This record gives sequence, structure tokens and C-alpha cells, in this order.
Amino acid sequence: SYTADIISTVEFNHSGELLATGDKGGRVVIFQQEQENKTQSHSRGEYNVYSTFQSHEPEFDYLKSLEIEEKINKIRWLPQKNAAQFLLSTNDKTIKLWKISERDKRPEGYNLKEEDGRYRDPTTVTTLRVPVFRPMDLMVEASPRRIFANAHTYHINSISINSDYETYLSADDLRINLWHLEITDRSFNIVDIKPANMEELTEVITAAEFHPNSCNTFVYSSSKGTIRLCDMRASALCDRHSKLFEEPEDPSNRSFFSEIISSISDVKFSHSGRYMMTRDYLSVKIWDLNMENRPVETYQVHEYLRSKLCSLYENDCIFDKFECCWNGSDSIVMTGSYNNFFRMFDRNTKRDITLEASRENNKPRTVLKPRKVCASGKRKKDEISVDSLDFNKKILHTAWHPKENIIAVATTNNLYIFQDKMN
Amino acid sequence: MLRGRRRMECTLDAQSLISISLRKIHSSRTQRGGIKLHKNLLVSYVLRNARQLYLSERYAELYRRQQHYPDGAPLLAMPACPPPAAAAPQELAGLPLPADTQDREVRSCGAMRGGTELLEGSVCSASPELQRAPCRDSSPGFYRVAGSAGPGGGGGGGGGGGGSSSSSAAPGLLYAAGCDFGSGGAPHCSSRTTVLDLDTHVVTTVENGYLHQDCCSQCPCCCQPAPGLLSPPPTPGTKRKYYPGQEEEEEGVEEGEPGGGGVAGGPPFAPCTKRARFEEYSAEHPQDSSNISNLISIFGSGFTGLVSRQQADSEQPLNGQLCSKQALASLGAWTRAIVAF
Repeated sequence: SYTADIISTVEFNHSGELLATGDKGGRVVIFQQEQENKTQSHSRGEYNVYSTFQSHEPEFDYLKSLEIEEKINKIRWLPQKNAAQFLLSTNDKTIKLWKISERDKRPEGYNLKEEDGRYRDPTTVTTLRVPVFRPMDLMVEASPRRIFANAHTYHINSISINSDYETYLSADDLRINLWHLEITDRSFNIVDIKPANMEELTEVITAAEFHPNSCNTFVYSSSKGTIRLCDMRASALCDRHSKLFEEPEDPSNRSFFSEIISSISDVKFSHSGRYMMTRDYLSVKIWDLNMENRPVETYQVHEYLRSKLCSLYENDCIFDKFECCWNGSDSIVMTGSYNNFFRMFDRNTKRDITLEASRENNKPRTVLKPRKVCASGKRKKDEISVDSLDFNKKILHTAWHPKENIIAVATTNNLYIFQDKMN
Repeated sequence: MLRGRRRMECTLDAQSLISISLRKIHSSRTQRGGIKLHKNLLVSYVLRNARQLYLSERYAELYRRQQHYPDGAPLLAMPACPPPAAAAPQELAGLPLPADTQDREVRSCGAMRGGTELLEGSVCSASPELQRAPCRDSSPGFYRVAGSAGPGGGGGGGGGGGGSSSSSAAPGLLYAAGCDFGSGGAPHCSSRTTVLDLDTHVVTTVENGYLHQDCCSQCPCCCQPAPGLLSPPPTPGTKRKYYPGQEEEEEGVEEGEPGGGGVAGGPPFAPCTKRARFEEYSAEHPQDSSNISNLISIFGSGFTGLVSRQQADSEQPLNGQLCSKQALASLGAWTRAIVAF
């Protein structure tokens, strides 16, 4: 299949009405939920394509002889302030603020222009009229309002909007910058872990996020499996963390690949701001911000892969960066896996479920059947053995509606939207 | 027996992991979007882990041979980077993790100073470790300098972990030795490298980049097939160099008899072959010190060399193993290459 269609990020807006996806080809596609049909009270509105635009194009950095990929790494929505919607989208080097606005009227009745735009001969104008707005078919336009460029030497992996809604951070492998949404020619560097001597490099920044409520607090995760919480009030450069979250490694699990699988691929605060969740290759961990020495909960996503790490290293799957997300009430967390499986963990009941995003299940109102992977031994009926998993079918990006039980799950080229049964 | 085989398998895995990792680093250079620092850093950790295990295996092998043949083991070229004398750990768990605070008097990436980095970012976590390995203990490790006579020349196993021995030591005695570039070897061993700091866009030219291996064929104090005695050991703390050619010799020994029976008479040191290898390798690296040599281009040609060697060696029975060994043989170059990121 065409690789430019590969979905690279998925994000609901603050109301959940809009769902944005970015892809490897630099495009953003926004879906909008239909208004609820009052007569069909048993289902929520469907999501349909609302707007599509090209956010980033491939670029070439001539100084460094580097091609800059147009792939959209992250999209983050701004809260809605007026009729228009705003989102930030970023590739490896450049962040853009896009305004998405609707146009459902157009002016008609110009004096000097025909309706098709051709100019009239002024000498033929004998009367004057006032142009008026007339309804038209809805048009959704996306226009770039700000371009934040040239602030990152390394590849951007995260953007996060501050709760003050005026600033945001962008993080690359070694640095985190703070921006004001209105100002594009300046950014402040707030974290710099680049060593004086690059030979001494032992870890990189893998993700960063602002605290949902506390506008001076943010966290960043590292390839070594640590998370640092920083307070911007403490100093201008937040190289010294306020808190360091780290779980000691289990020595009995040590392997050639220990460093790789402990690298954190995503970090997300809970909506409450009391917890944060991290994803590494095999597990999801929930941390209480008040306890630094170990997570309060750990969920195994696909522990059966631990014995396959060598093959997963050979085929590069071990470098896959899975994301994770919270539901609106912070009671369930979700993350993806292989074979188009995704997993949900209920923090209260401690139950977990494995579901599959595939075409067979995608008939409307089909209830998803739980899946099970058979790690070893005799495979029961309906179970899948580890060796028959398709590692090309991976779900890296998932999103949960901020208020409802609606989830968006991205397979390689397809977006699936599921909602729970309503009765 | 089974134990031996498991050890072998363990070592083989380490070798193939090293090959795979190097191939990943190589192919990442041509991927769209530039070199991914994160991925290459992780690959360098695998490289380091595999190399640590491989070296510890070799060290254990050497120790076993010494136990077997107290009068002198057959020629066994030892990589110049034994693990700490404390252990020859069988599991990785025993291997120390890289410590950021260890002293780093040996830097193969001497070119890298003051925040400069090469064109496409750096992946350097491997390099400190890969080079720290030899220096982890402050006393120099040992290696058998090529050129000793056959097994009869073995001068006792006393060289383990060794301190320096006097220059009159019997041939084959393991002793601390190294390439003393300080004394007059410098001119042809130095070269300039050009580095570009990605952040400031300042281009700096650094002298005495670590291209010693390329120079070894010309350096009189090492790699000489002098029968009998060799250059006096340097003072402790001198850099110890890793000679690809010696690795090759070791292959000849081990492939024959993994059980350590030794090869009667040993493969006579074949300076021509080794020199040829060196020259084949160094020929790819312009020695003309008046030219500013770009590490990136060296890196590229170094990899070309590896790839072509792999193809050329298809007649070897243990193809995979040999390729990995070749990879290991030129591992010093690879550490430099990795740093070149």
C-alpha cells in the first residue's frame, strides 16, 4: 500500500467533536462527529471527513545535506476560543499553527466583478448595488497562521500546549524549547541534555508533556526509562529536575536488549494531573507524581514478546514507538500492540482486554470479540499463537474521546473508530 | 562439551548481533530524514552489550587455554580489551553497565572535543564504553603481539592481567604492550579530521584523530612480524591498540579446534597476509596528512570495505561467523565510525 497514507498521529480535540490524524505524507485529515440524531438515541454520531490539508512538505537542508521528512509526528489541538479551530502540527523540524474555519456564506453582487470572477468593463456599470452574503455549501478551510521553525537541531518528538493556552513546548532528542503561540522568531530553551562531548551521550529525550493544570510543570521521558518532572519557576534552564521517576531494573531480566525495551516511547498525564502513564516496549506503567521510586501500577502489554526480542531487533520492530492514552475518567488506559491488536486495562477492576482492529470486525454495531494470544503450550480454540502474529500490523497510535467512550485506533493505513454499546 | 557449545553459541550470537547492529547503523545513514539519534543510540547499546559478552568469552577462552597449557598456549591473539580482571562472566548480568563517571583517558575519538559533532549528529554512547573497556582497569591489559614463534615460544601464562614485563621476556610471553605513538610514531599516525558542529555550524579541524589503526602497517613499534622479540612494553596507561590482523590469526586457530587442542606448530605468522589486510583497509583511508580527511567519507569507505569483504568470503565455511569476526576485527574502526555520527 502507498506509504504516504501511513497514519502517524491521532488526536481528539477538547470537546471530542473533532478528530485529527496526521500521516507520513504530511497531510492532516480532520473528522467531525455528526450531530446526534435525536431519533436514533442509541448511537452517537458518526465521524466523517471534515477537512483535509497538506500541513508539511518534504524539505531539504542544504547545509547539512539532509532531507527533512514531511511526516507529521504530532498534532495537538488548542482549546476553542471562537468559531475557528486551531491546532499545532509538527514534523521533525517545524511546528505550524493551523486555523481551521468554516465558510458557509459568500458575498455576491459585486459591482466590478462578474459572479465567475471576471472583471466587468467599468464603462458598462450604470447602477451600483451593495454586495450581500448568500448561503453556500459548507467549505472548511485550513490556513497556516504561524510557522515555528529553525529551533531544533534534532528530531522533534513531542509538542504540548500549556494550560495557560498561551505557550507550548516542543521537544527533540536533546532539547526542549518553550514557545509563545504568537511569537515565531523566538523560543526559549528550557531543557538541554546535550553533553559537551557527544561521546558522552547516554540518553535522549523521548517525550515531553505539560501538566494539565499546573502551568509551570512539565515532564520529559528518556531513552533510559526515566521521567523527569521540572518546574519552570525553579530556574530558567530546567536541566535540574524537581523529581526523577525511575524503577530499578530487574537484573534477572537483563538481556542484550535491556536498554532498548526500557526506553520510554510515550508519557501522558492523567486528566486529573495526579498520575502519569509511561509506555515502554513491553509494558504500561502508571506513576503517582508523589512517588518517584517506582510506578504504582504496571500492566504487561505483550510479555510473550520478551523471548522474541532478538528477532524483533532484527526486523526493527523493537524500535516501534507505541503510544498510550487515558479515558476521560482516568479509569482505563489503552495502548496498541501487533497483529492489529490493542489493549485496555481497567485500573479499578484490574481486568484487561485485547481487541482487534480489522475489517472483519468493522461492520457497524458489531461487538468486538476479545482476543487472546497463546504464549506457549497448547493453543486453545480462538487463540493466536505468538508465531502467527503479524508484526507488520501494528497499532502505534490510539486516542480516547475526552468525554465519551469513543476510541480512535490507527492501524497502518486505516483509522478505526469504536464506541461502546449504548442501550 | 555441552557447556562449551553453549558458550560457543553465546559467542556466536554476540557476533551476529554485532554484525546486525553495524548493518543497521550503516543503513540508517541512507534513510530519509537523516540519522535517527535515538535509534542509533539504542543500537550502540546492543553493540556494547554484545561486544562485552564476546570479549568476556574470549577472555575466558584464553584463561582456559592457559590452564590447559601452562607451558605456553598456542598463538591466540587476544583483543586488546579484556573485561575487568574480576570476572569472566557467563551471563550478561555480570557485566558492568557503562558508568558515566569512569575515567576516560583513552578516547578513540580524540577528534571530538568541545561540543563538536559530526555532520549528522552523534551516536557516541557506544564509543566511550567500547573504548573504556580496555581502560577499565588502570593497569594495561595484555595482548599477544603478532609475530611470536609457534607454540613452543609460549612463555608461560603469567601474562594474565599483566603488568609490564621487560623487553627480554621470552617470546610469546604475554605482556603489556601497546603502540607507543608518543615516541616518534606520531607523524604518520596523525591526521586531520574535520568536524562540523551541528548547532553553531562551526567547522573545526582536529589533529591526531584516531586513525592509528590505519597507520599500523607503517608503525614500526607494532604489528611487526619480527620473530622472537618485540618492542619493549610501554609504560602503563599507554593506549593499547587492537589489530585487525591478529583477530584473523585467531580465527585460524579457533575454527580448527574449538576444544582448545591447539594447532601444532601454529599457523606461522603470515605478515604478508596481515599486511595485505591492513593495506587493503588503510588504502581506503587517505594517509596524506596534508589533506583534510573527512570522517564521514572514511566512515563510508570503511563500511564499503566491510560489505565487500563479506561478499568475498563466501568460500569460507562458517560464513556468518567469519563475517562477524571480521566485524569484530575492525571493531576499533567501527567505534570510530559510530562516533562519527
